Amino acid sequence: MIDASLSELAQALAQKQISSVELTQLFIDRAQRFNPELNAFVTLDPEASLAEAAAADQRIASGQAQALTGIPVAIKDIFLTRGWLTTCASKILSNFVAPYDAHVVEKLRGAGAVNLGKTNMDEFAMGSSSETSHYGPVRNPWDRDAVPGGSSGGSAAAVAARLAPAALGTDTGGSIRQPAALCGVSGLKPTYGAVSRYGMVAFASSLDQCGPMAKSAADLAVLLTAVAGFDARDSTSLERPSEDYGRDLERSIAGLRIGLPREFFGEGLAPDVGRVVQAAVAEYQRLGCRLVELSLPQTRLSVPAYYVLAPAEASSNLARFDGVRYGYRAAQYTDLRDMYMKTRAQGFGAEVKRRILIGTYVLSHGYYDAYYLQAQKVRRLIAVDFAEAFKRCDVIMGPTAPTTAFKLGTKTADPVQMYLNDIYTVPAPLAGIPALSIPCGFGDADLPVGLQVMGNYFQEARMLNVAHQYQRTTDWHLRVPDRFD
Amino acid sequence: MPLSLDDVTRIAQLARLEISDAEAQQVLVQLQAIFALIEELQSVDTRDIEPMSHAQDVSLRLREDRVTEADQHELFQSLAPQVQAGLYLVPKVVE
Repeated sequence: MIDASLSELAQALAQKQISSVELTQLFIDRAQRFNPELNAFVTLDPEASLAEAAAADQRIASGQAQALTGIPVAIKDIFLTRGWLTTCASKILSNFVAPYDAHVVEKLRGAGAVNLGKTNMDEFAMGSSSETSHYGPVRNPWDRDAVPGGSSGGSAAAVAARLAPAALGTDTGGSIRQPAALCGVSGLKPTYGAVSRYGMVAFASSLDQCGPMAKSAADLAVLLTAVAGFDARDSTSLERPSEDYGRDLERSIAGLRIGLPREFFGEGLAPDVGRVVQAAVAEYQRLGCRLVELSLPQTRLSVPAYYVLAPAEASSNLARFDGVRYGYRAAQYTDLRDMYMKTRAQGFGAEVKRRILIGTYVLSHGYYDAYYLQAQKVRRLIAVDFAEAFKRCDVIMGPTAPTTAFKLGTKTADPVQMYLNDIYTVPAPLAGIPALSIPCGFGDADLPVGLQVMGNYFQEARMLNVAHQYQRTTDWHLRVPDRFD
Repeated sequence: MPLSLDDVTRIAQLARLEISDAEAQQVLVQLQAIFALIEELQSVDTRDIEPMSHAQDVSLRLREDRVTEADQHELFQSLAPQVQAGLYLVPKVVE
């Protein structure tokens, strides 16, 4: 059951081989058993989950089941879930019980999915290792002394250790794809605007996207289909006809043109990761695809651009955390200004504070043009790079991350070292294009390696098809670390 | 543009983040490294380039000027650190 796909689970539920209550209990038991060593979950509420499961069983019995009815899904603690603690892994929201559901949570509830629990993450989604959480770091199921990646590390670890059949994450600079790669699972960041951000705590509003994390491309398609779509409450939500993202999974990929950007295979890439990704690309050639060498010349500027734009937007978005209307308030203060200063100094962790400071600086008088405006122009150049590339290829492939999972605590001293983990993942959100990561093998020390697939705007169905065809002939995505087998 | 300690304390004030002198010193070193990374942006000529706010060329949707939301202030205020008579309580601002 723990290795079953979402469609297998739906079938098992429909055929009464198992009830949602039993299935949910199975995953709750695993989550409770392994959470002390992985710290993947911030909040588990078995009673609440089982109540949802019982309701799902009724729905299944009355013949009104949908693809996700009765299936437990883990939810990153950045999504508001009504009646549940929603912390963003921050002290400043450590007492915040969400008064409403995020749009994607509403969609999951409407589909009859069960909230399995809230997963751990880097504080306010700022990080690439899930080490900045107020609740302690998440550990990688493949090596518990290593990071799972971030910021959706809890969701990635939960799926990798089979504590959840699937999970929701968010991706701003790579926060779904990079932990998926480091944990050996599949994850997808949709086209910007395809999934509503309502009720998803904002980090960088022009970059943030909700996306699925699961064991396979087929499962990603089911979850994405369930949560995507227009929402009037998100001002950047796109009005488009709804899609079945699994509609093209079985399409042939013979003749598909795969672009390989030389900047993604050069300096900074660990040799073991490079070898494994090249082997995956070779497999695609065997499946009948054509390789196209190309260049994304602005790649080297994507990390600097991202680390101007994202902190700038974050500094604005996190101004709301001031101890007035919700969340933590300092115990002692002299006046209102002091209350703000102390509440925020005590409530935010070091990385969050750093990013707020960077953001405040680049937006401040005298520096806006040189930094923020310049970064926005570079962003345009990056988007143009991709537009040019997609004239010559159907999808772009490369490594998701420059290394496999690094040991806990080894990159926390130097923020720039941590930021350089994002080199391959930040271009896609800057341009707004969709991107996914699937497991494609193991590097040194038997740690997972992820293959990144990027597509043009709205090409998710095709990208999932490309991923699925690889998963039909390989089994990397079925591997589970021994301990969690 | 090398960052100074004065810059750090000034920005911290703007961001409403209390920061001790020791912390400011530590943060200064880290921020200087980050800004060295960001300086790379200056290496490209962007004179005729249109800034990009986000991917899709869309404008803010408008809607009818009608009341559509339900009054949930009791629910929302139940989350506040200090509330009285429907008002959020904060230290006195006006003398």
